[in-house]
Amino acid sequence: MAFFEMVKTALKTVVSRPATILYPYQPAKKTSLTRGHVTIDESRCISCGTCQRKCPAQAIVISKEAKTWQIDRLRCVVCNSCVDTCPVKCLFMDTQYSPPVTARSVEIIAITYVKPLKVEKTADKPEKKEEPGK
Amino acid sequence: MTKQIIVPFGPQHPVLPEPIHLDLVLEDERVVDAIPSIGYIHRGFEKLVEKREFTEYVYVAERTCGICSFIHGMTYCVGVEQIMNIEVPERADYLRTIWSEYSRLHSHLLWLGLFADSFGFENLFMNAWRIRERILDVFEQTTGGRVIQGTCKIGGVRRDIANEKLGEMAQDLDRTRKEIDDLTKIFLNDNTVRHRTRNVGVLSRDDAYHLGAVGPTARGSGVAIDLRKTGYAAYGKLNVPVVTDSCGDCYSRCLVRCRELFSSIDLIQQAIEKIPEGPIDVKVTGAPNGEFFCRAEQPRGELVHYIKGDGSKHLVRSRIRTPTLSNIPSLVKMLQGCELADVPVIVLSIDPCISCTER
Amino acid sequence: MITQEQSIIPIDVGKLIGGVEQCRNEGYRLVQIGCTKVGDNAFEINYSFDKDYILKNLRITVTAETEVPSITGMYWGAFVYENEMHDLFGIQVKGINIDFKGTFIRTSVKYPFGVTVVKGEKP
Repeated sequence: MAFFEMVKTALKTVVSRPATILYPYQPAKKTSLTRGHVTIDESRCISCGTCQRKCPAQAIVISKEAKTWQIDRLRCVVCNSCVDTCPVKCLFMDTQYSPPVTARSVEIIAITYVKPLKVEKTADKPEKKEEPGK
Repeated sequence: MTKQIIVPFGPQHPVLPEPIHLDLVLEDERVVDAIPSIGYIHRGFEKLVEKREFTEYVYVAERTCGICSFIHGMTYCVGVEQIMNIEVPERADYLRTIWSEYSRLHSHLLWLGLFADSFGFENLFMNAWRIRERILDVFEQTTGGRVIQGTCKIGGVRRDIANEKLGEMAQDLDRTRKEIDDLTKIFLNDNTVRHRTRNVGVLSRDDAYHLGAVGPTARGSGVAIDLRKTGYAAYGKLNVPVVTDSCGDCYSRCLVRCRELFSSIDLIQQAIEKIPEGPIDVKVTGAPNGEFFCRAEQPRGELVHYIKGDGSKHLVRSRIRTPTLSNIPSLVKMLQGCELADVPVIVLSIDPCISCTER
Repeated sequence: MITQEQSIIPIDVGKLIGGVEQCRNEGYRLVQIGCTKVGDNAFEINYSFDKDYILKNLRITVTAETEVPSITGMYWGAFVYENEMHDLFGIQVKGINIDFKGTFIRTSVKYPFGVTVVKGEKP
């Protein structure tokens, strides 16, 4: 039977610093791997639609004709699937959480990827045709 | 003839982490019978197999519960891998084991805090959660999420932990072990705690076995079942002790969980020493065709995932049977004959995780 | 690989009580009772028992109108699974010791798991 077992711990807590953070006045603890929200580099996206197919919450919608990439931040569960499976690596995971909103809306980003034109092939072909003829 | 009155307990009660309803039949402050009622948090997870492919269903399975989320995802992955005969690389097995044991540590520390809160000891509640914060920091540094980890996938794991980080984790655990030692001394030796928990909610060994109790509820009554002995995910290569106690009251269940904290720390340190180098995943092609009952040990007991596939991308059936659903009949038996003031302590001693139960 | 041995034994509805009584006498404990919908009006019910980490399943195949006898006489804790099975799938179970009569899990659609929607969904 022990009495007053807690006194040592209680006194230690009184004199030491609090264990809590005064959020939002002090910023929240973050590490380099923290999953906050998804960002896109719109100049590299090729509109393949892989992120739309792999998203388990169906939060990403890509429109090839209108060239837009849209995400519903409230549906996104920040699972990192789209970032992992993007073939050109244009999606990144940022460490800040998305801010709270009062109305449901969808974030639309215009894709500015321009496919580079291949000019060298048409110049090579007439030369190649002449050589076998020789 | 004494009059019987019925008092509703829950779904909203300060001591309950999640909503469950019990109708207590009382005769003058002594509980004669208890009728449970669930269904407040039923989200219909098992119906989602029809809408999500089997590779995406990992995310759904993980979100069944917030406290034991990693083990849900891991059990589903192990089940599908058994059906498809996929051999997961060894390093992935060890990483899964390390994260599972951290999950068990944080769940038991959460429970110790809530248990102290149930008999009014708020200072101890906050101290237990202060230690738990450090474990959640480790989760965030290695996986990116404090509560939902999202690192298990079919064929292995999605993230690796660098060897220097593993060394740091092993050293941090020594400091955590000392703090947990101080904490459990209070739980097990203090007179006030003992007064509220000794001989309260007694469950005999035969009752525990035949009513289907699992986890620390059964081990506190002397039934030695621990699913980690079947050897899934690197547990076959580690030395897993099965902790039991013979009294069967709330104090024994607290004692079993306190001892499991120390055995988890030992297991993590063993796994960090033995982890080999190598790849962390294998490529998965095809779809599961067959059925399997995959069982694992959650902090609360035995988890069963029944998976049935027919060769297409969508599974036919995924059934999750969580340990709290199995412990509810034992709870009803324990409540018969106790005082009204002991009801919160007994309800919390089985560690109810109702969001797991309801899916 | 893990060593979780399991066996599935299909039996008749009439022989269910005899099979369960045999499991009880041999010292098995009840793990779960699960239901799967196979086909239009057919359900497979798995009764899982465990002893020394070896799983033994008894499987019966019923329709929505078949009356399944309750095993709560031998395993008192089975009422949780049988009520859940009734509320979600619509299986009629006779003789449960604590019968909630459909109020254990209250959903807005009655017997929701008994109907299958079209598989796959477009965003």
